[in-house]
Amino acid sequence: MPHFERLYNFACWLTQDRHEAEDLVQETYAKALKGFSSFQPGTNFRAWIYKILRNTFLTSRTGLKATSNVPLDLEDDEVLPLAKETPESILLQRSDSQLVQQALEQLPVAYREVLLLCEVEEMSYQEISTTLAIPMGTVMSRLSRARRALRSQVQGMQQQPQGAATKA
Amino acid sequence: MVCETWAGKLDAYLDGELSLAEARALGEHLRVCGACAAESLSRVQQKRAVQAAGQRFTPDPAFRARIQKSITPRRARRWKLVWFPALAGAVALVIVGAIFLHLSREHRGEQQLLSELADLHVATLASSNPVDVVSTDRHTVKPWFAGKIPFTFNLPELQDSPFTLVGGKVTYLNQSPGAELIFRVRQHQISVFIFQEQALANGCAGENAQSARSFSARSWSHNGLCYFMISDVAGQDLDKLSELIKRAG
Repeated sequence: MPHFERLYNFACWLTQDRHEAEDLVQETYAKALKGFSSFQPGTNFRAWIYKILRNTFLTSRTGLKATSNVPLDLEDDEVLPLAKETPESILLQRSDSQLVQQALEQLPVAYREVLLLCEVEEMSYQEISTTLAIPMGTVMSRLSRARRALRSQVQGMQQQPQGAATKA
Repeated sequence: MVCETWAGKLDAYLDGELSLAEARALGEHLRVCGACAAESLSRVQQKRAVQAAGQRFTPDPAFRARIQKSITPRRARRWKLVWFPALAGAVALVIVGAIFLHLSREHRGEQQLLSELADLHVATLASSNPVDVVSTDRHTVKPWFAGKIPFTFNLPELQDSPFTLVGGKVTYLNQSPGAELIFRVRQHQISVFIFQEQALANGCAGENAQSARSFSARSWSHNGLCYFMISDVAGQDLDKLSELIKRAG
């Protein structure tokens, strides 16, 4: 079964529920086998099967709920200005993996998926564009927003205990 | 502050998506610009942190087994799709082969029978007493066989035909008695053998026109009796005589 572990990991991140993720992966393989004739040899198989998984997720109850809560992000190609210099590197260095995982969980699905496809699956912009069915420019701008959102999420989570301690 | 010129390209640079020329130019810039280098380092660390945190869930073996099982029937169907025609082809081939073998055996059996009949015919021609009952009268020849063979038969009226009844004798095939009748047409002699169907190992061959060792032969069955006709005459003569005998019943 090609990409089984990685598809499962991605499905878990999307659904945030292991049972739903299992159903999603199972349905993805079933659809992939059923529609394998639609796969064009020579094209990107990984992007094809991830696209099936993502589309299946988006039409599921969890997927519909997750996407309906997220406002349409600014899908333009404008170059986003960088935030003021912050010691994110130090924050991220200090932050453990669990903190980043929690921050990822709290990101909107659109940001979470683009980050995972780029950083974890190490897909090229072109592959991400195919998987998410969005233009390359949108891939770049969404990635940039997602990274900034993650940074601010991690920062916020790290500052919370400190604030609580100060109050106490 | 990072430089405005490169700010929008840092992510693409770290993701390996910049063109070679741009990547080289940005690389040179990072060597001389502390702010941009620090920002790059921060982003690389974030990339690594997400990479490590993102590889979080692993499927348990039971789920893997379940997925594999759910896929297996389809594979089996595929196997069936691939092998079923081959299997069907092989079965068809075996059936065709068996039929061919059976037909070939049957044909060989017929050929063997005709060959034996040809031997009997030749032996009769070579004999100084070719027949035991010498008569052109069918009402003499037919009763002669009564009590000698376990069946009876009818002989045709040969008036107005080119054929003449010469006579007959008892003959044996597969240890079973039968009648051999000799007819003459011009200078040729025709042997007509009559046996019980059950006496023949392969049964009657049915309506057939064959040849054995250049002899013309005809065969048919009627009322549980097998008729064989063999001679050196042309096939048309055999056809005419067989018609007369068939009509006589």
